[in-house]
Amino acid sequence: MELCSLTGWQIKELISKKEVSAVAVVEDLFRHIAKTEPSIKAYLTLTQDYALVQAGQIDARIARGEQPGLLAGIPVAIKDNIATDGIRTTCGSKILANFVPPYDAYVIKRIKEEDGIIIGKTNLDEFAMGSSCENSAFGPTANPRDVSRVPGGSSGGSAAAVASDMACMALGSDTGGSIRQPAALCGITGLKPTYGCVSRYGLVAFASSLDQIGPLTKDTRDAALLMNVIAGYDKQDSTSVNRPVPDFTKGLDGEIRGLKIGVPKEYFGQGLNEDIRDAVNQTLSAYEKLGAKLVEVSLPHTNYGIATYYIIAPSEACSNLARYDGIHYGYRATPAYAEASAGRDYTDLINMYSKSRSEGFGHEVKRRIMLGTFALSSGYYEAYYNRALKIRRLIKQDFDAAFNKVDVIMGPTSPIAAFKAGEKLADPLQMYLCDVYTVTANLAGIPGISIPCGLTKEKLPVGLQILGKAFDEATLLKVARAYENVNSKHQAPNSK
Amino acid sequence: MDNMDYKITIGLEVHTQLKTSSKLFCGCSTNFGASPNSQTCPVCLGLPGVLPVVNRKAVALAVKAALALNCKINSPTKFDRKNYFYPDLPKNYQISQYDLPLAKEGYLEIPNPKSRSPNGTETPSYDGAQSPRRIGITRAHLEEDAGKSMHSDAGYSLVDLNRTGVPLLEIVSEPDINSPDQAHQYLTALKELLIYLEISDCDMEKGSLRVDANISISPVSDVSLREVPRRASGDDEVISKSNEIASSRQGGIRNDSGETKLGVKTEIKNLNSFKFVAKALEFEANRQIELLKSGKEVVQETRLWDEDKQETRPLRSKEDVQDYRYFPEPDLEPLVINEGWIGQIRKTIPELPAARRVRFVNQYGIPEYDADVLTADKELANYFEECVKSYNSTQRERSPASGGKAISNWLMSEVAKYLNEQKMEMKDFKIKPQELVELVKFSAARQITSTAAKEVFGEMLKSGKSATAIVSEKGLLQVSDQGEIEVFVKEALKSNPQMAADYKAGKTVVLQALVGQVMRLSKGKSNPEIVRTLLQKHLSEK
Repeated sequence: MELCSLTGWQIKELISKKEVSAVAVVEDLFRHIAKTEPSIKAYLTLTQDYALVQAGQIDARIARGEQPGLLAGIPVAIKDNIATDGIRTTCGSKILANFVPPYDAYVIKRIKEEDGIIIGKTNLDEFAMGSSCENSAFGPTANPRDVSRVPGGSSGGSAAAVASDMACMALGSDTGGSIRQPAALCGITGLKPTYGCVSRYGLVAFASSLDQIGPLTKDTRDAALLMNVIAGYDKQDSTSVNRPVPDFTKGLDGEIRGLKIGVPKEYFGQGLNEDIRDAVNQTLSAYEKLGAKLVEVSLPHTNYGIATYYIIAPSEACSNLARYDGIHYGYRATPAYAEASAGRDYTDLINMYSKSRSEGFGHEVKRRIMLGTFALSSGYYEAYYNRALKIRRLIKQDFDAAFNKVDVIMGPTSPIAAFKAGEKLADPLQMYLCDVYTVTANLAGIPGISIPCGLTKEKLPVGLQILGKAFDEATLLKVARAYENVNSKHQAPNSK
Repeated sequence: MDNMDYKITIGLEVHTQLKTSSKLFCGCSTNFGASPNSQTCPVCLGLPGVLPVVNRKAVALAVKAALALNCKINSPTKFDRKNYFYPDLPKNYQISQYDLPLAKEGYLEIPNPKSRSPNGTETPSYDGAQSPRRIGITRAHLEEDAGKSMHSDAGYSLVDLNRTGVPLLEIVSEPDINSPDQAHQYLTALKELLIYLEISDCDMEKGSLRVDANISISPVSDVSLREVPRRASGDDEVISKSNEIASSRQGGIRNDSGETKLGVKTEIKNLNSFKFVAKALEFEANRQIELLKSGKEVVQETRLWDEDKQETRPLRSKEDVQDYRYFPEPDLEPLVINEGWIGQIRKTIPELPAARRVRFVNQYGIPEYDADVLTADKELANYFEECVKSYNSTQRERSPASGGKAISNWLMSEVAKYLNEQKMEMKDFKIKPQELVELVKFSAARQITSTAAKEVFGEMLKSGKSATAIVSEKGLLQVSDQGEIEVFVKEALKSNPQMAADYKAGKTVVLQALVGQVMRLSKGKSNPEIVRTLLQKHLSEK
């Protein structure tokens, strides 16, 4: 039995019962990483020494008879846009290539408190902008199911690390599908919580009103476990909501008889891959067999989702990314000419800004900064940003109306399975359409989970997306678990 | 055309630092003068991943200011991002408020002397002789301050981020101000109010109060047309709620106000004192009038006051105005300011100086001048009221019914003189109100002479003893018993027969010398009035 292939829950049990030491788990994991990472490239930074020290401390405490935390010795990978005190946090960007935060994100603080072991920082599309993990300044990550294909994005590194057993569980962030889509493409579980459910303090902002941190795991039980650690009110995040957090692992295996599943017709239209359609339909039938009832619902503004998203997200991004200017921290371009007098960099501030930002940011990031700057400009604000806000409200109303009739909504996570590396790089619009089923949940602020639900003819994983009411993650997890319990054979085999 | 044919229109934007111990969106200290960048944290440094949390005290102070300025409070109000690049702004956006400011549509009352046009001639007052004039407040909003850049001659610049995130309240006036003098009065009244309510220190040297001025000139014929309905309605509150000033602020409010009767305005910056504001406006008004008189046009632009050269000069033109790309701050939820909280804050607002001034005149029967002086300093006014209370609760037989004027005299003369000499503030004054009242009563009841009273005051400060103790120790109590004084009078007349003769011969000026003799004999304790009366009586007898 290889330790690294176990779920977090299994590891936690073994460590707590002293059947295996946390150090042994970490050592086994890094042996596996050493073997696997060269072909996957899921990590930007590995923290082996730190992880071993942490593991040793946890073992010592368990030996003394102390009760370990909720994550007792579980190795956790962190998307590299989440601030880690003393550990480089690059956001996949040259502009932050050497940036070491002096503080921990709220979720990192929580993981440490619960004895999770941080093993490294995972690759991502630069500043979480992308759906293929190819927009990283440090090179792409490969999909463990087929290394010629992308793992999805932007949390592609986290998804690939979990799918290849290089991490037991991982944190990602989801602004328009960045947890759910790579989870689907890599054949694992990914949950985007309700906006305000998990503190964003320490998550490097892409689009503040859409970003949420969430778990990428091997199964829903691990997702529930990690949610127990990261969910909850944080006074440092004014948008985090102060409400009681349930124990997500309780009632996970409960009945779903009588559950009303909304099936939006808009999620099965043009552009959906046939194999994915079939896999999702089979899964819906499986739910019927479990006693759930399928109800056709309509989310009429679904088709405006991408357009709305690509006004709001870049608008917020152009402001959020303004701070990377080479003045206070991060990349500062070398001046084009050498000034004779010592210590003199630039004669012109604007020159310094533009050169640093031109060299520091990648193409996709620059494209979105330009989009957002335009959308917010005087004279265009009403036509773009303000209109997008109105459509955002309509999209939310679609969901509100649907959830009056049903408990959850189901459909495909992604219209296409993992695509070949480089295939969509030249066509940003095609790339943007990968998120057509996921962006609306971010715009409405509701939670969504993607779980594996079969394979395409090419043996590529298919993801089922389950959307729920705001702050009803418990139902999402229970519903996902019900399928997992009867259909574990559908999980894609690991590539190793 | 003559100068009298032009009307000056001024609007002022005041940035005032709210008196909080921590910054607007993080817990860093707001203390002035700390070593550079020592009062910073990941949040105010704008590091990746940090989020702002609104300082409740800052909001409470802004609400307090809004109430004192008779504003309506927007609830919910919201924050917006103002985007521009500058090294002293680490996020490269400032969290401010745009279309839903915390406060709107208020006013501030200023005294209403006859306003003067730049050539010194008086223009008719709108509101009658004495009533105060109301200057409209367009809006007041919360925002964070930027840091400070220091440019070195050696070819580099340094940035201090201690100020970054310090809470500011920007108070924008309506274009209701019609002279540089009025602008000065408005600023003085605003500063007095903010200090009085402990909303801000308003210390311009420490940057806790900053002023930008907008000014335009328009021919009077245009203006009078617009003002006809106003006069007819007798409404002295509103001239024309034209948002012209606000709408042409850089990146200003998107607004399609139809009112454009005002002339083209310029904005003046670098106004480091109220005196500079008045001087700069005076200069700018004359400059614009000269332009119009010579048939030229005023260019809308931002100008800088140069104190050395005593002139304004162009800083940037309208074309260079940046697009700040305001949009709602997604990291902060709209802020609900509920009625209950507003009510609590309202209760913390004491009587304002203007109202107190009027009450002092009516309640204590003191002259307006005295009321002005006393209410100008909250501590002094409080002290005065404590004194009056003590005075009335320990009424003595021979003291005047209300000690208002007597106390006021003491505070404005001896006490003020002492504080001034010692460079002390009223709050540091050692003598308690009831102790001072003891002394005032001796004096008011003429139980001690005024010279003796001053001596006692000095001794009280020196030794901390009570007035009663000092008076009795030094035997300063005035002798008012006629029989006792008569003994001295007789003695004086006996030993100065020549003087008595002179008096009787019509040389009445010697009376004063005789009074002096009596006083000397009684060691200064005799009531001089009684001495005089008795002397006259005796001299006229024989």
